[in-house]
Amino acid sequence: MTEEIIIAGFGGQGVLSMGKILAYSGVMQNQEVSWMPSYGPEMRGGTANVTVIISDERISSPILNIFDTAIILNQQSLDKFEKSIKPGGTLLYDDNGITRPPTRKDINIFLVQAAQEAAKMGMTKTMNMVVLGAYLKIKPVVQDKNVEAGLKKSLPARHHNLIPENMTAVERGKEIVEQTQKV
Amino acid sequence: MKELRLMKGNEAIAEAAIRCGADAYFGYPITPQSEVMEYLMAERPEQRTGMVVLQAESEVASINMIYGAAGCGKKAMTSSSSPGISLMQEGLSYIAGAELPCLVVNVVRGGPGLGTIQPSQADYFQATKGGGHGDYHLIVLAPASVQEMCDFVKDGFDLAFQYRNPVMILTDGAIGQMMEKVELFEQIPRSETQPEWACVGKPATRGRSIITSLELDPNRQEQFNLKLQKKYREIEAKEVRYEKIQCDDAEYLFVAYGTSSRICQKSVQLAREKGIKVGLFRPISLYPFPYEAIESLSKQVKGILSVEMSAGQMIEDIRLAVHDRIKVQHYGRFGGMMPVPSEILQQLETQIIGG
Repeated sequence: MTEEIIIAGFGGQGVLSMGKILAYSGVMQNQEVSWMPSYGPEMRGGTANVTVIISDERISSPILNIFDTAIILNQQSLDKFEKSIKPGGTLLYDDNGITRPPTRKDINIFLVQAAQEAAKMGMTKTMNMVVLGAYLKIKPVVQDKNVEAGLKKSLPARHHNLIPENMTAVERGKEIVEQTQKV
Repeated sequence: MKELRLMKGNEAIAEAAIRCGADAYFGYPITPQSEVMEYLMAERPEQRTGMVVLQAESEVASINMIYGAAGCGKKAMTSSSSPGISLMQEGLSYIAGAELPCLVVNVVRGGPGLGTIQPSQADYFQATKGGGHGDYHLIVLAPASVQEMCDFVKDGFDLAFQYRNPVMILTDGAIGQMMEKVELFEQIPRSETQPEWACVGKPATRGRSIITSLELDPNRQEQFNLKLQKKYREIEAKEVRYEKIQCDDAEYLFVAYGTSSRICQKSVQLAREKGIKVGLFRPISLYPFPYEAIESLSKQVKGILSVEMSAGQMIEDIRLAVHDRIKVQHYGRFGGMMPVPSEILQQLETQIIGG
């Protein structure tokens, strides 16, 4: 199994940390992982993206231009990465702020209204975890207990009290994700 | 079981420095390697092992602090990125001239000048052919994963002390910034003794230790140069490192190190899906360069594509190894851009197979 994912959105939406938690969850079940961020000016505002690869085998290129799955959290990223999904691949997006929805007909498309749901739960900061939950519902590449272990490893100890809240968000993401196009 | 962690390449360098029993780190921040010192400062290694970590006032100061610490027989290292490494060249030449061990990490970014903060491999010439003045060599190791970033810190120090020669880890912003799974080696205690050549005060039981790179008598300076050259021949004979990936039945070959070699691995996979028998040769030591291994592969394959994030630097060494026997071409992106696997395969098809 090799899953090649791009996660993209605005800086501050938790794109890089969602990728890190996913990658750490992979480490927890002793898979090979790589996490390759965009770094530089875009980190200081603007778009941010990260390529995460989880595999049972040694990972070749951490730099890719075509992906199994794209997780998209803003319009600029949708415009940029919709064309980079493999035919038959998966697009997961939050339509908050999206005015030009996806148009590809040869990919599976899933919608998760994560920003709205996180606000409803009064935990806006866990928006990325709602998205992660939605992704894991579609592709259960890592187990929940390893996500929890991954959270423990990637959060500093002083924030470990937030882990239950984050796991609730993951659960909620699994519940609200809906498929809008199937191939 | 050994400890598994998800770490950035830069963080792995820093943790490995503490664990291999380094005595000191002196550095100055620059993107994309700033996490090395950030991590070291946060870890408080002075409490873990007694290791000293100091932010110097500049890269020139850092390398001269390394010179001083190394002269005392200490395990000292620094890290920087391209423009900062350029500033260190004078110090590196002095350290090589004084035959002192140290470890220098270059997390390369796009140049020339201040250039960009994105990854590049355009410092190959500087790292392998000199950079500073005089006939000297650094031992240069090129990691291709976060695991190797960790392991090569230990190996680098071992080589530096074995040969009393500065060692450089030549990596780039991509491996520095990316996170992968790392298996950490166990803590090695800091050494409590100094090598006999160290300048630590003269006891009555031995002669004076003198650390210098100055010799006004040209006869003696020539003798010293001959001694250095003898050391380099020994390094060239014993310390060549490389990896061959799917080379056994290869008709064509990619040669690439570091990040480029990772991207090429995917290109190999894509090529083989199309029935093109291509292999990947990955130099791990850039000095000493694996000339003989490439020469022997050049008798088997029909053509070589050198892939490097530069305008073409390593290709000169490949051509020296191949002696014009077969076609050798270069493909690279530069200025901070990275090639993608399909693009490299396309270059193999047009420049080498079809060319």
